[in-house]
Amino acid sequence: MTQALNPKLAVKNLNFYYGNFHALKNINLDIREGKVTAFIGPSGCGKSTLLRTFNRMYGLYPKLRAEGEIIMNGRNVLDPNVDLNMLRAKVGMVFQKPTPFPMSIYDNIAFGVKLYESLSKSEMDDRVEWALQKAALWKEVKDKLKQSGLGLSGGQQQRLCIARAVAVKPEVLLLDEPTSALDPISTAHIEELVHELKQDYTIAIVTHNMQQAARVSDYTAYMYLGELIEVGETDSIFTTPKKKATEDYITGKFG
Amino acid sequence: MTPQELRLKRQALQDMFFRGSTRFFAFMVLALLAAIILSLIHGAWPSIQAFGIGFITGSDWNPVTEQFGGWNSIRGTLLSSFIALLIGIPVSFGIAIFLTELSPTWLRRPLGIAIELLAGVPSIIFGMWGLFIFAPWFADNIQPWLTEHTAGIPMIGWLFQGPPMGIGMFTAGLILSVMIIPYIASVMRDVFEVVPPMLKESAYGLGCTTWEVVWNVVLPYTRHGVIGGVMLGLGRALGETMAVTFVIGNSHKAIESLFDPGTSIAATLANEFTEATGTLHTASLINLGLLLFLITFVVLVLSKLLLLKLQKGEGAHS
Repeated sequence: MTQALNPKLAVKNLNFYYGNFHALKNINLDIREGKVTAFIGPSGCGKSTLLRTFNRMYGLYPKLRAEGEIIMNGRNVLDPNVDLNMLRAKVGMVFQKPTPFPMSIYDNIAFGVKLYESLSKSEMDDRVEWALQKAALWKEVKDKLKQSGLGLSGGQQQRLCIARAVAVKPEVLLLDEPTSALDPISTAHIEELVHELKQDYTIAIVTHNMQQAARVSDYTAYMYLGELIEVGETDSIFTTPKKKATEDYITGKFG
Repeated sequence: MTPQELRLKRQALQDMFFRGSTRFFAFMVLALLAAIILSLIHGAWPSIQAFGIGFITGSDWNPVTEQFGGWNSIRGTLLSSFIALLIGIPVSFGIAIFLTELSPTWLRRPLGIAIELLAGVPSIIFGMWGLFIFAPWFADNIQPWLTEHTAGIPMIGWLFQGPPMGIGMFTAGLILSVMIIPYIASVMRDVFEVVPPMLKESAYGLGCTTWEVVWNVVLPYTRHGVIGGVMLGLGRALGETMAVTFVIGNSHKAIESLFDPGTSIAATLANEFTEATGTLHTASLINLGLLLFLITFVVLVLSKLLLLKLQKGEGAHS
């Protein structure tokens, strides 16, 4: 039980800047291993920005910089010496919209695996099946693995993206509003999936939808204007928030 | 009629007029195309009658004996364009990747403008530059070295033998590549730029290097545009006249290496049209023009087929 409470990611004094704009202000937070942590807050509060520091995705763009520490497995993720490709192999990400690569369903999954492992054909077949099973997509696509990933429905595409992220066996999964482009049924599928996946992965999910946060997460962090207002167990955040601001947001007084 | 009905009627008329005129312009393209083909066939008819299919395969071009075979010109066109693509595609690809993925932001605009300016340089400038500046330098410094160092290499050694004159098939291909690079590079840059950032982030998010993202995600995603850009460049290379005429050597002899002087369809036409006196000579030149037209057409068809094949490789859409 104590094992499960270890922080997988420990964020310490994190500040983030878009040029001169101070987007994240002194964030301190632990992401617990094997748990789902949800980030909620109004648009522009910095929750996606925070998520994108965990795999240093912001590094693709000029003029963005982060200061502080994000400790994962004893190392600071923000250290310039960290091998970005290895970091991103350990920290997978799923985006707001499904982003299947322009290749077959099979290759969508195999592509990421091939970057790190050289598997035989049959091992790769197994891995692809395993990842698709994990993402609860196998039954729907097992007969059309050679077809384009772009031919799937939006919800299937998003599960394909989850399978793709899972296939490289990361330790952490970052979900950035993964259901914002999906219909309610697909959303329910993805939420079930999050429940399943947390057995094996540490999950951080950004969501606009408070009910979703309540349904899927163990911990919830409420952010506002770049500050972390409150973080705690989801049940207590939603029933007995300690701060007035959190309560106002959750009860729908603003946001 | 009430004012409202009048207005509706006027709008309907406007609509009809607009539809009619746009349709007219669209069909005009078809009509023009057909008219060009017909007039080419008509002009080439004496030559087609006299030589038939042998005009394509025959390599004897002799205005004195009125014996005309276009093979040397056709091969010159294909070969110089092929060399141009061989050099131009990788360079353009590199330029486009640098501009979209790697270049610091402040450098993007000036570099992009420079490429567009290069596209605007008149071809005769390239021809003069090629003949007066590049060819002598190439003959003195590069050709002897290439000849010496490739001499023994099987398969490709023979390509670089021959007289170090500076001008010839290889130089023509090289100049052509410089001319088509701005076209291909700017199209590639434009299509690379429209790849959704999220798609690229997904690939980076898996831990891809920039090269892996470009090669496995950006390029397949933009393949239609990329092939379109290459075809634009190829089209220009196939038809380019002035620059090629300056540097290709204008010899109707069969070439034995890439350094030999040769000719292309466009260069032959430019050189001989003013001097062609006999009916058969003129008709044969027009026949060459018709073939150039057909080559361009075939290239276009092949590129469409290539796209279809690529689409199959990617997996059919259900």
